[in-house]
Amino acid sequence: MTEESPDIDAPAALAGSAPPVDASADLPLLRIEGVGKKFGAFRAVDRLSLDIREGEFFALLGPSGCGKTTLLRMLAGFETPDEGRILLGGRDIAPMPPHQRPVNMMFQNYALFPHLSVRDNIAFGLRRAGMARAAIDIRVAEMVALVKLDGLEKRKPDQLSGGQKQRVALARALARRPQVLLLDEPLAALDKKLRESTQLELMALQRRLGMTFIIVTHDQEEAMTMANRIGVMDAGRLEQVATPRNLYEAPHSRWVAEFIGDVNLFDGEIASRDPHRLIVSTRDGGTIVVAEPRQPVGKTAVSIAIRPEKVKLSRRGPALDAIDSHAINRLEGVVTDVSYLGGLTVYQVKLDSGAMVRSSMANTVRIDIDAYSAGQRVVVWFTPDDCVVLEQ
Amino acid sequence: MSARSIFARPARFAAVAPYLWMVLFFLVPFGFVLKISLSQTAIAQPPYVPLFNLTAGWDAIVAALKQLSLDNFRLLVSDNLYITSYLRSFVVAVTSTLILLLIGYPVAYGMARLPQRWQAFAMMLVIVPFWTSFLIRIYAWINILQHDGLLNKVLLALHLVATPVVWLSTDSAMYIGIVYSYLPFMILPLYATLVRMDPSQLEAAADLGASPRQAFWLVTFPLSLPGVGAGALLCFIPIVGEFVIPDLLAGSASMMIGQTLWLEFFANKDWPVASAVAVALLVLLVPPLLLYDRLQRRTLGGAG
Repeated sequence: MTEESPDIDAPAALAGSAPPVDASADLPLLRIEGVGKKFGAFRAVDRLSLDIREGEFFALLGPSGCGKTTLLRMLAGFETPDEGRILLGGRDIAPMPPHQRPVNMMFQNYALFPHLSVRDNIAFGLRRAGMARAAIDIRVAEMVALVKLDGLEKRKPDQLSGGQKQRVALARALARRPQVLLLDEPLAALDKKLRESTQLELMALQRRLGMTFIIVTHDQEEAMTMANRIGVMDAGRLEQVATPRNLYEAPHSRWVAEFIGDVNLFDGEIASRDPHRLIVSTRDGGTIVVAEPRQPVGKTAVSIAIRPEKVKLSRRGPALDAIDSHAINRLEGVVTDVSYLGGLTVYQVKLDSGAMVRSSMANTVRIDIDAYSAGQRVVVWFTPDDCVVLEQ
Repeated sequence: MSARSIFARPARFAAVAPYLWMVLFFLVPFGFVLKISLSQTAIAQPPYVPLFNLTAGWDAIVAALKQLSLDNFRLLVSDNLYITSYLRSFVVAVTSTLILLLIGYPVAYGMARLPQRWQAFAMMLVIVPFWTSFLIRIYAWINILQHDGLLNKVLLALHLVATPVVWLSTDSAMYIGIVYSYLPFMILPLYATLVRMDPSQLEAAADLGASPRQAFWLVTFPLSLPGVGAGALLCFIPIVGEFVIPDLLAGSASMMIGQTLWLEFFANKDWPVASAVAVALLVLLVPPLLLYDRLQRRTLGGAG
């Protein structure tokens, strides 16, 4: 489960948003090797392995209690792994106490020192490193400018707004120029607008500094926006490590497909195989044609995953020969619910087989006289290429 | 919306109640004491003059007012007995407070770091002595510290001393008694600040390269200063006026101000001088209180 997911079909069309990090780097900056941690009988992190390359913006994403924060805390040194190694630049840092590690962390609650000014908070780590006073002054000024805190150097943390505190925490963690910056839900305390602008700033900063960032978040939109690669965790294990696009378009498991974004799932069995096509008979009695996945499917019991925006509705169905030649899946049903969300409208459709399907359509025109309404009979169609086959 | 609507009648009473309390139980009695301190001793009932008789008319009240004088305060600064008593009280209180801090801080720190379920138990251990009368506990110490008491028996059994040590009627005994009695008042405010401390701040300190010792001195200790101040003040002020412990455990060579006051009241029956001693003590205790208040304001409300 933990290996890199292969690029999905038609890579040229998909490579757009997140440029993959240069894979030719020989040794990863950070190698997590079979790391495990138990709290009593609870296995928080379960023999997990992961490589993170230099300059990468990596996100650990998962529901609460999945072990992502424990993993981050083991990288920082606040928890000691029960087993496994953490190699940073080839050196095992697992037994090292936190104050000796060349990594720094930005805490979820910022953990600023309330009795110290902004300047002294930022200088704290530099003083501990025994840096000369003049050099500290220069570095602090640099950090203050970097996070745009000019003029606030003498303030105490309780005289700052939430966004300003967040910047101080970031500057303090960056000041020592760590090999890896760990960010524990860094934007969770900010309101939505500020969070979105801060996401972009963090990305720009990371690119400019060329530093390796590892962020822990439960917010998939945040992870997809910022990270080059995302590791999705559940129950102490990495379910999948992939680029945001691959995670969404080529999930490895039913769990990932359901966790990332919205998805329609049909359970069924592989009935027959055409060239490049699998014919799956679904549990509710229908038939769905899907593209043969690159990795051969071993079992016959499968789930078909299709994202709502790839499910199209129309009043009349596509040409029948397209259905006969297995170029398209065509189902029929009745719209039961319409949710207008601004940019999108989500339709719930009850298929004649009884199954429910969600379809989302972009509202590309302001006045849509053709919009579907509840109770309306519609044709539901999608292409085999848009379906993902998942083993059950 | 308007401040008036918030201060509905019950709320307004609640806001005024503490001041009412202050006036009734502090300011009014203090006024009496102040008035007596300005009076002269007399063989009478009550044992001082002048007396105000509000029914005797305006002229009588003015005449009584004219009899008030600062003579008793002049006596306080001219007689060495009082000055040495004040000084001794101050020295004893400072020394005791320092010892209390040295013992109380590690105890409170340890308590704050106990697993949650043990903390309530540790707290009870600190408070449990209060279930016994204070006087009985001091008498128990007399028992422990006397010539053939428990302490000497233990010391002899361990061969730490060859002959019994004289404990009773020494300053050591008094300090033992004071530290024993006031330790909970030092531990509880310290514990309260230490237990509220955000553990992620210590993690941040470690993350930024501070060893555990540096993290303690650079983060934990400065952040616990309000607790140190509260504990120190909570001990210092009553120790300055302490009467029972020095009277029962210390020698009679030198007196604390509380003992001097007792002497003036009950042995000399000189209420006016005793009142002057009390007023002066109160005035002397104002500066440390103001200092504490300022420190508190600086550490808590950096916001301006």
